[in-house]
Amino acid sequence: MDYVLLIEQFLNGFQLGIILFLMAAGLTLVFGIMDLVNLAHGSMFMIGAFVGGTIAVVTGSFVIGVILMIPAMLIIGIVVEMTTLRTLYPRDHLDHVLATFGLILFFNEATRLIWGPEGLIVPLPAFLDGSVALGAITYPVYRIVIIVVGLLVALGLYILVSRTRIGMLIRAGASNRAMAGALGVNIPLLFSIVFGIGAVLAGLAGLIITPITAAQIGMGEDVLILAFVVIVIGGIGSIRGAFIASIVTGVIDTMGRSFLDVFLLLFLPENAAESAGPALSSMMIYILMAAILFFRPQGLFPPKGAG
Amino acid sequence: MLKKLLGTAAIATLLASPAAADIKIGFVTTLTTPVAVIGKDMRDAVELAMEHIGGKMAGEDVEIVYADDEFNSQKGKQATERLVLRDDVDIVAGYIWSNVLLASAPVVLNADKILISANAGPSPLAGAQCNKNFFNIAWQNDQTPMALGELLNQQGVKSLYLVAPNYAAGQNMVAGVERTFKGKVVGKDMTVWPSQRDWSAELSKVKAAKPDGVFTFYPGPAGPAFIKQYQQAGLEGEVPLYSVYTLDSISLPLFQKAGMETVLGTKMTQFWAPDLDNAANKKFVGDFRKKYGRYPSFYAAQSYDAIMFIKSGVEAVSGDIGNIDGMRAALKKADFDSVRGDFTMGNNHFPIQNFYERTVVKDADGNWTTAVGRAVLTNHQDPYASQCKM
Amino acid sequence: MAELKNPASILTLIVIGLCAVVPFLAPALGEPFYVIVFARIMIWAIAAVSLNLIMGYGGMISFGHAVYLGIGGYTIGILAFHGITSAWIQWPVAIGACAFISLIFGAISLRTRGVYFIMITLALAQMIFFLSVSAERYGSDDGLNILTRSDFGLSFFDLNDKLTMYYTIFAVLLASVFISWKLIHSRFGVVMRAAKSNDTRVQAVGVSTYRYRLIAFVIAGVMCGIAGLLQANFERFVSPDMMNWPRSGELIFMVVLGGMSTIFGPVTGAFVFLMLSEILSTWTIHWHIIFGPFLVLVVLFARGGIHGLLTPRASRDE
Repeated sequence: MDYVLLIEQFLNGFQLGIILFLMAAGLTLVFGIMDLVNLAHGSMFMIGAFVGGTIAVVTGSFVIGVILMIPAMLIIGIVVEMTTLRTLYPRDHLDHVLATFGLILFFNEATRLIWGPEGLIVPLPAFLDGSVALGAITYPVYRIVIIVVGLLVALGLYILVSRTRIGMLIRAGASNRAMAGALGVNIPLLFSIVFGIGAVLAGLAGLIITPITAAQIGMGEDVLILAFVVIVIGGIGSIRGAFIASIVTGVIDTMGRSFLDVFLLLFLPENAAESAGPALSSMMIYILMAAILFFRPQGLFPPKGAG
Repeated sequence: MLKKLLGTAAIATLLASPAAADIKIGFVTTLTTPVAVIGKDMRDAVELAMEHIGGKMAGEDVEIVYADDEFNSQKGKQATERLVLRDDVDIVAGYIWSNVLLASAPVVLNADKILISANAGPSPLAGAQCNKNFFNIAWQNDQTPMALGELLNQQGVKSLYLVAPNYAAGQNMVAGVERTFKGKVVGKDMTVWPSQRDWSAELSKVKAAKPDGVFTFYPGPAGPAFIKQYQQAGLEGEVPLYSVYTLDSISLPLFQKAGMETVLGTKMTQFWAPDLDNAANKKFVGDFRKKYGRYPSFYAAQSYDAIMFIKSGVEAVSGDIGNIDGMRAALKKADFDSVRGDFTMGNNHFPIQNFYERTVVKDADGNWTTAVGRAVLTNHQDPYASQCKM
Repeated sequence: MAELKNPASILTLIVIGLCAVVPFLAPALGEPFYVIVFARIMIWAIAAVSLNLIMGYGGMISFGHAVYLGIGGYTIGILAFHGITSAWIQWPVAIGACAFISLIFGAISLRTRGVYFIMITLALAQMIFFLSVSAERYGSDDGLNILTRSDFGLSFFDLNDKLTMYYTIFAVLLASVFISWKLIHSRFGVVMRAAKSNDTRVQAVGVSTYRYRLIAFVIAGVMCGIAGLLQANFERFVSPDMMNWPRSGELIFMVVLGGMSTIFGPVTGAFVFLMLSEILSTWTIHWHIIFGPFLVLVVLFARGGIHGLLTPRASRDE
């Protein structure tokens, strides 16, 4: 097989994994700490893309769009948390699913009213647009930027959670909420901040992918389901698990799309391989998830002290 | 209060009474979801057509009832049911999506009403499932890519890579190119529709395959996204991109705004172009631009034609909409001034028409549009017509 | 049936009574369209009743229940596509397919609890959804037109007859309500409800709750599959969309809106949900902006759903 293509597809898968990680990190934090199933996380992905994208188009600078998106999403996230989600914490998962499903409908329609149905194309600055030669491979510069940004965010999150005071509070809140509260931790504030961070990460994922796919209504929902798969595989509440599972999911999905039909040709006649290829490749990560859960119902890296 | 209610009821009755003579046309298109831009263009064109005919056909008042298919075949079918069974429209027209049309067509046809597709042209309705009450005023799905396949032969393209969405129209488009393209197809990827918006894996495969050309079909907002990624992958300039229904008057201004100059010069094929030289088209494009400040898309052209087409049928029966046999006979003649110029209706009620080469250019004011070239296929009939027993 | 005495159940009886007479009432009022609307509502109600069985009484929040609508429907569609139209083959195959798939999915997902269960049912359903999207032969995303309805080969029972089709759906709805009522009040139902409130205790008594849950999961899957095969017959069309995840979300909402863990709640819920979306969507194309917050409000302030609001506190189930 062509090794250049193989490496390129690996990079493509890795980049998809990074986007999934940015989504999954917020989702798994919110779930691990607040025990909240948040479908509206997909809406944060979309809102980040539209808000940041609009800023980028108006100012003419994508970088400014990214920078200003961060406080904007922090505020939006905190407002959503304080107005709606806060009342949901004591409720059961079913209520979470339903209420946040309602939020999705609302956010999608509100986005349509504000930005119109056509979506938003966000141009890249010239220095990010185009491709660069890495040995035998030419690869889009921007996708490399996504990978680098994602790795930096992952590193930053790791430091935040394991080395800082707020990270300590987050860990304390995750393992024993009541105890942390009793020790004088301002739990509501902590939750708002964690939710805000999650919204920023989701918004970043949405914005960062927008120059590639364009922003559109409902763009977060497919990513959301993949992110669910990721956090279930990785173990809910575990940032490390989310990271590893994201990359694995991204790479397997991409590899499946690129090589499964060729692979099936080894066993099947051409017609059968041509139709079975796309079918199987779209199911692969779900089969992976089912297999992992069958053997490890808590996912690969269940956080210590949780559950 | 009661008096007021009675008063309203009386007015309603007054308004309702001439409705018996009115002509009601149901128009199904997408008014929500990201692809609603297409529906908007179609509705604008219908409104312009209504303005041009003064809201009347054969002296009768015409009312258009718009319905939203929500970009979903099930919802489209329900919208059609509402039009036929609740609003009791006389004629149903519209339909962007082949899948929506396939699901909805039985509703209209079982009610013995006339159905006119203003865009979708799926193969079953052109072949074995053709119907005396169904007319297509646009094209059959395979035709435009067949013209493109011819164009590729003429351009000397020897090897081709196909990337298209995996749904009825996508499959028809790919089949159409393969029907006429004489070179070798070196790769084919059918992607998940409509959710897949990142083609990194497919584009890497294209790069590895090193074809002479790439054929694609992504209608609506997916098109610009695909072309952008094509450019970012470093493929533009290396491998020419050929497309059908992907670059249109809806997406070109977006490319222009984003400054993606590489789109200029891209070639496609189509049955119509904004600069096609005939009186009906000049009036349509001129007034459309005056009214809405943009070029009409082919969706708009077809919708405008659909109204004029219906008008020709209604006039032939002097407004007697109940005379469905007379209407059908008249519609078969396609006797009206189409924005595409002259064409005839085939035995399967799909147009037999020319397909032209179009190239993306800047117009005199710097707006991005297309320049029409010569006809690649002339008086072309779709390949399914022979399967239609009509 | 003590449940029959409270206002909520009276409301349901009105809804069911309305369903019984609509084929005659609606055309008489010049609104024949509502016959279709009601048939559709009843099909969804059957699916909602089946979901309530596991979600309301068993605490299993399946976020992929609509997949059985799809499997039931697609079995009919695929068999019809290959020229097999006899109901005597189609229906047993559809039911068997749903039983088989729900057995496998149940066996996998019931190993997990809580949110893992929600997500794994969602993911497994999406897997089948994507399978149907990529099944080019059967129409991919376009779906499949079904040219003829299931043929029972009986002159007096022909689904192509509008009234026969309608009252078949009606009869299945009544049967599914009756079956779930019977089940809930059987030993089986007692174990399920006990397991919902305290699984460990039930296991300690020596009862394998896993097996009970799995059987309930399969029964619900089959019942929903029957709704799917009715839907395929009624619409003469199947598409992947009928099992996409928002459909599962809507099913959950119908159950909660009507009132979880009540026999009639899902029927009321399906009725109110679908009528409301029908009315709102006629009113404005932006109806989701009203519907979304409505959903949130129901969850926040009307926990027992419609039945909860109408039922005097003392006679509630829990």
